[in-house]
Amino acid sequence: MDKKDYKNVFVFAEQREGVIQPVAFELLGKARDLADVLQQKVVALLLGCGIKEQAQCLVEHGADEVIVVDTPELKDYLSEQYSQVMYQIIEQRKPNIVLYGATTIGRDMAPRLASRLKAGLTADCTKLEIQEGADGQLDLHSTRPAFGGNLMATIVCPNTRPQMSTVRPGVMQKMQRQPGRQGVITDFKPNFDTSKFKVKLVETIKADKQMADIAEAKYLIAGGRGVHNREGFDKLQALADVIDGQVASSRAMVDNGVMPHECQVGQTGKTVRPNLYMACGISGAIQHLAGMEESDFIIAINKDKFAPIFSVADLGIVGDLHKIVPMLTERLKKELEK
Amino acid sequence: MKIIVCVKQVPDTTEIKIDPVKGTLIRDGVPSIMNPDDKGGLELALRLKDQHGAHVTVISMGPPQADVILREALAMGADRAILLSDRKFAGADTLATSYALSGLCRTLDYDLIIAGRQAIDGDTAQVGPELAEHLDLPQITYVADARRLDNGNLLVHKENEDSVQVLEVEGKCLLTVLASAFEPRYMSVAGIMKAYEREVEVWGADRIDVDESKLGLAGSPTKVFKSFPKALKAPGEVHEVSEEEAVELIVNKLKEKHII
Repeated sequence: MDKKDYKNVFVFAEQREGVIQPVAFELLGKARDLADVLQQKVVALLLGCGIKEQAQCLVEHGADEVIVVDTPELKDYLSEQYSQVMYQIIEQRKPNIVLYGATTIGRDMAPRLASRLKAGLTADCTKLEIQEGADGQLDLHSTRPAFGGNLMATIVCPNTRPQMSTVRPGVMQKMQRQPGRQGVITDFKPNFDTSKFKVKLVETIKADKQMADIAEAKYLIAGGRGVHNREGFDKLQALADVIDGQVASSRAMVDNGVMPHECQVGQTGKTVRPNLYMACGISGAIQHLAGMEESDFIIAINKDKFAPIFSVADLGIVGDLHKIVPMLTERLKKELEK
Repeated sequence: MKIIVCVKQVPDTTEIKIDPVKGTLIRDGVPSIMNPDDKGGLELALRLKDQHGAHVTVISMGPPQADVILREALAMGADRAILLSDRKFAGADTLATSYALSGLCRTLDYDLIIAGRQAIDGDTAQVGPELAEHLDLPQITYVADARRLDNGNLLVHKENEDSVQVLEVEGKCLLTVLASAFEPRYMSVAGIMKAYEREVEVWGADRIDVDESKLGLAGSPTKVFKSFPKALKAPGEVHEVSEEEAVELIVNKLKEKHII
């Protein structure tokens, strides 16, 4: 394999029900940086049904080209259908790098493709950069947490192309949208081998839509074991309501059924980087810290002054959240009335 | 029904500490366990066995001492256990690992393969889908429920971030399973007795259907360039004060940061 034959940075622009997911824009922002270093192009791959008109939006977020595959077979994500199309595009276009969101879609499809392409794949990356390798050529260095977030590892594929990575949502910065930015939009017609379509979608059951995505929130009031129960979370919710924030949870309170999985922050939950993260009664296991330590400003309230959460907090309060949170809520109400 | 369950022995990552001086993992005294998602997968296999009758083979790849988790699987109710253990597998990344496992699966007769979603040491979630591709099997990941229908197909619930997909799969397939959906059973006393009468078969690379040049380090496109402990940011201020003062401190900071 001659590595030089493989060019450009491809981004799988994940959409669900026709809505391009935030992680796609985040990946485009990062792909733009990488492609500029490599002096190559950013190519977005938009697969779905009835989605073609959204291609321009990907151009305005950093893509030089958008390859659109708009066909009824791709209406809902199914592993085999999507993998066949992606494989055909990658075989034909020979990208240098392919990035996917580390979502239930990206983490389903990317390894399937890696195995089909015999390509290297790095999961759940939090940092991507270009470095010169031993052969004088430029390689992608993908850094990711391992051992439950206890260790970081930088992974390279020195001999193979394409280099593929999945990237955690909420980690990369999207590019400021540039209205009117110019790019090429290319239609791609796949050849489906329908004999391999062995999985049928019977129905999709939507999760309760009442819950907004915590990864999108500017202010998060998060609770852990110290919150005790649902009534404890009601106190956090009251505080969140005052500042127009949302409530998030540690794994402990999800595992014991008090809070739903959608609001879990951490290694096995979501990565968040809000402007304010207030950790109430969260001790701060490394798996939790991995999901929130990039937040702009972190306040921690905990009874145990040795709790590891204080090691990442900008402001730490040793005290009882059950007293402080309601007092703070009342005080903020007064402040905001002024 | 013949079911293969893939399991991995992992260090209990919640017990791992970092040596603050050397910056390396302290593994001494950290217990090795059966990976939780894999144990959930074994539980699903055993439930299908309870309901429909099945022969359950557990397989693993690892050093000889990984036989401990296979014995545990036998004691939970698995019928056969095979450990792939050979220096030729050393240094394998997920692609080379899944390739070796595919070589083992090809020598066995199966209707269904079950793996865990991901292992808690690597957290990659890659071996399952990669194995499915090597064997040209359909895959369903993030499985929270699976039932066999009267027509022999499986009805599977796949848990996504914002929805559950109900999927029907025809013929052989591979599922990757969430631990949270399948509370594993305990080993039974009779099971433990039987587990020690049974043999954990240890197989080398020569017994499986593979091209040996694609095993281990040589068959691995990814290399670890470096690993390092996570840099912790400098801690901020911590106050032990009255509740009133605490509220004052927080309000002042929120103002300073223009949050209020």
